[in-house]
Amino acid sequence: MNIARSHVLISIDAGTIMAGARGVQAELVEEIKKKGLSGEVAVLETGNLGVTGMGVVLVVYPEGFYYGNVTKEDIPEFVEEQLLKGRLVKRLLLTQAPKRFIIRREKMGLTKEQPRIVLKNCGFINPESIEEYIAAGGYEAASKALTAMTPEEVIGEVKRSALAGRGGAAFPTAAKWEFARKAPGEEKFIICNADEGEPGTFKDRLILEGDPHKLLEGMLIAGYAVGASKGFIYIRGEYALSIERTEKAIADARSYGLLGNTIFDKPFGFDIEVMKGAGAYVCGEETALIESLEGHRGHPRNKPPYPVVSGLWGKPTVVNNVETLANIAEIVRNGANWFKQYGTPKCAGTKVYTILGHVATPGLIETEMGTTLRDIIYDYGGGIGDGKQFKGALVGGAAGAFLGPDMLDVQMDFVNLKEYAAALGSGAILVMNQDTSMVDMLKSVLHFFKHESCGHCAPCRLGTARLVEIVDRIADSEAKADDVDRLLAIASVMKDTSFCPLGQSLYLPVSSCLKYFREEIAGS
Amino acid sequence: MIKATINKVEIEVPEGTTILDAARKANFAIPTLCRHPDLTPGGSCGVCVVEVEGFPALRRACMTQLEKGWVVSTNTARVRNARREIVDLILSDHDADCLTCIKNGRCELQDVARVVGIKDVTNQGKNHKKAIDRSRVALVRDPNKCILCGRCITVCSDIQTVNALTLDGRGFDTSVSTVLNQGMGNSACVNCGQCTVFCPVGALYENSQTDEVWKALNDPDKHVVVQEAPAIRAQLGEEFGMEPGTIVSGKLHAALRRMRFDAVFDTNFTADLTIIEEGTEVVDAIKTGRSLPIITSCSPGWIKFMETFYPHLRGHISTAKSPQQMFGVLAKTYYPEVKGIPAEKIVSVSVMPCTAKKFEAQRPEMWSSGFQDVDYVLTTRELARMMREAGLDLKDMPDEPADDPLGEYTGAATIFGATGGVMEAALRSAYFLVTGRELENVNILPVRGMTGVKEAEVPVDGLTLKVAVAHGLGNARKLLDKISSQLAETGKSEYHFVEIMACPGGCVGGGGQPWGSTMAQRARRGEALYEEDASLPKRRSHENASVAVLYEKFLKTPNSEKAHHLLHTHYNARSKVDGKVVKED
Repeated sequence: MNIARSHVLISIDAGTIMAGARGVQAELVEEIKKKGLSGEVAVLETGNLGVTGMGVVLVVYPEGFYYGNVTKEDIPEFVEEQLLKGRLVKRLLLTQAPKRFIIRREKMGLTKEQPRIVLKNCGFINPESIEEYIAAGGYEAASKALTAMTPEEVIGEVKRSALAGRGGAAFPTAAKWEFARKAPGEEKFIICNADEGEPGTFKDRLILEGDPHKLLEGMLIAGYAVGASKGFIYIRGEYALSIERTEKAIADARSYGLLGNTIFDKPFGFDIEVMKGAGAYVCGEETALIESLEGHRGHPRNKPPYPVVSGLWGKPTVVNNVETLANIAEIVRNGANWFKQYGTPKCAGTKVYTILGHVATPGLIETEMGTTLRDIIYDYGGGIGDGKQFKGALVGGAAGAFLGPDMLDVQMDFVNLKEYAAALGSGAILVMNQDTSMVDMLKSVLHFFKHESCGHCAPCRLGTARLVEIVDRIADSEAKADDVDRLLAIASVMKDTSFCPLGQSLYLPVSSCLKYFREEIAGS
Repeated sequence: MIKATINKVEIEVPEGTTILDAARKANFAIPTLCRHPDLTPGGSCGVCVVEVEGFPALRRACMTQLEKGWVVSTNTARVRNARREIVDLILSDHDADCLTCIKNGRCELQDVARVVGIKDVTNQGKNHKKAIDRSRVALVRDPNKCILCGRCITVCSDIQTVNALTLDGRGFDTSVSTVLNQGMGNSACVNCGQCTVFCPVGALYENSQTDEVWKALNDPDKHVVVQEAPAIRAQLGEEFGMEPGTIVSGKLHAALRRMRFDAVFDTNFTADLTIIEEGTEVVDAIKTGRSLPIITSCSPGWIKFMETFYPHLRGHISTAKSPQQMFGVLAKTYYPEVKGIPAEKIVSVSVMPCTAKKFEAQRPEMWSSGFQDVDYVLTTRELARMMREAGLDLKDMPDEPADDPLGEYTGAATIFGATGGVMEAALRSAYFLVTGRELENVNILPVRGMTGVKEAEVPVDGLTLKVAVAHGLGNARKLLDKISSQLAETGKSEYHFVEIMACPGGCVGGGGQPWGSTMAQRARRGEALYEEDASLPKRRSHENASVAVLYEKFLKTPNSEKAHHLLHTHYNARSKVDGKVVKED
């Protein structure tokens, strides 16, 4: 086997493909061949490298240099300078966020700068290769769980880790599993909620594109723990590459005997099927997702009964978010105590964030629970950029909260933010600089909710429509005297009376926006 | 039993009781819009919200089961404010043209708006203006009145299993729709009209023919005759403030005469006739070894349902027309002959508890007299409206008999209006037809009552007749699936004779009945019909002397060639997508 002296990892994800990554990759391979470096330099495909909105991104190992906005035209220079002569191509080098690019892979693969649990393999291995996943320790945890642990022990380990659901509601994962395990019934299901619809959130997509086996392994372990033999991954239909890679991963896992009727020679079978969502935000709500999976219109169900008792086709069903399930293998492999060294006492582990908006380096990061907004924006996002000031951030997607400067140093985790009437939600952090119009922001949020309201309940169906009309009047400087108060009045009744979390959650962005920017909104 | 507190009142209720029911028990009324006692709660309106200590948001009283120790408040400022805001929002996209609305004064939204104290609609904004769906001959759907409570969809899918209605669009643009939004007339809709009975507002109602009937009544060249279905007599009174289940046959005849109908007959007459024709058919089928069971054909909603979803059972359906259509053909053949009136002058009006009868009347098969046999079909509700317009209060009417020669009836005809009634009436006569003796106890109790599927075994001279009765199309489906699989597996079914009615409760629960009939009300109306039956001197259809005269003078014998030509029909197969005929027999 030929050992290369240098590895160029190129991110092939939905974003970089649109920026021309396939062309750059072909050009790179061609140029390396032309320069006679084929035996020395290897070009490897991988998932997202943690940077988005910066064109085609490459990383060169062993040095660990990140290059962004690379085009086909840059390739001759890049190969000549970086790969042949060992000199930096400074104009393409990403340097704005120092912490961002320190992802050292020591034995456990983690440093405090970016402790990587969920994204451990993202941007390092070829997501389409099960062999690479296995070489990186993949399916060890599943093997340990299935051969050396009872389902109760698996649940116990997850319980000790205090892992909470990463979809936004932060419900203890082990408790969910335990309810479903104890619920009467022969047939049970594991559903992975990959219907990532929260605006500004694309972490699940990058996990699926970058390391699909991590999810499959998590689901396999969950299935074993709960006593389910079938899993479904409900993937947002627009996520073409996620669907493609996940389906390939499932096929590969089947051919390796990691999914199927007997796994690790145990009398336990588990298989996974991918279902495509049709683009309704409400289907991210677990009961609406189940309805949709059953082939019905995506309407939420009344709770109770909860899905753990009566879910898909009335059977006990666990619905977990992608990120939640992507934590499982590492917890089982390394133990709960290892997991709990990360994060805060109340909220263990890490959180995957997508940073976007007015930051120098938008993209995907994983940090410990409890990292402050300031650290995320300035250390990981490279600051506001263009010499502008921070005005606010919308944390948690459209259903999240607007945070002002006073929140920059608050430790962010599920528990702590709740005390500030905010929410970590999906982990989307949309940063706004001084030039941002908060009326436009609120307008965009409210239009989103109106568009996504399923129409089942009157408060949400009609409330969103009236809110949009009010905010449009405000934006057009035609507001009536009580319009700002009406925004809050309608949103607050929606919070109290909407059938499902979609309508209920709209109060948070409205109230938090008015808390910080009421004057600006009333004055426009 | 669990203990909890509602508005500081300690209560004890069985486990599983909703907050709404528990509160009612404690004499606290909670307003609701989408909730209906006979349907699974959908929770769409949100008007019934209450405060439960320990929960961050308000809870829907209609679908939240009370739990031990809960402290519930149904009347706090927060609750009142929320209810008012929701109703305000609903009114902000509602065509509140109340004065011209069919539901004016009977509208649940009006009631709720009053109860929650709406004085002014605060929310103002875009109002949907959608086209009114008039594609269906029996029913009209006005989406601008619709509040999207979902009751019509629930009854159509859960109780009737027709699934003609569905939601279309989402969010603010959600509407109740049909397959590919082609209108009810181009759907699997069977015209049962249960959606109109469950609609809390004026969004679904019968396609009214009152104007046409008034016009005919005012036309001196026309001879307008009217028939009233058996079930009408058990609930028309409700429209005039009488107790559910008050029998008003005599007052009904009097009122119709005062509306200037030229002849007031009674569908009960042809109900007795149906029994003779259908009973003869069943007895012949058993004797000749025709594939059984024979299934009744008097419910036109059921007939279209069968044509759409069970066309393979067509050969099992009695070819006897429904009493309405038998009447229609006689009114334009036998009656003119007897009276010496030209048939083309006759206008034949029926008053039915049923919206599907409007569809049945205009089926192309229903022209046996050479004319459209039944010209206009009025529902119970339409008749009540016409009576109010004519200044007639049913309560004040004297009791009058119907006119000859199509007016006499027996108790067997009256019970046609309740589920199981046709079966019971048929058995009373079938026994006679087979044995030549009278059935001594004419009360066949196992086929009565509101149980979804009923069965009975009746010994008739060494042969045990096995019969089954289903009402409501969801129940019918269960029975038909069983029969279909028996026929498919062994070529034989365990049943000899089966009665199916499209509407829950039978015709007393029909889609043309007074608004808001609950199952409990339907049961009461049914009982009233059995009371009239018990009070009548003749309780067997073959005892109807006018029917005997009809055979003697006109039809000759039951199932004669003439009877076949005039009183029997055939059935089609229909598409599940658009309800259109796909294969003519």
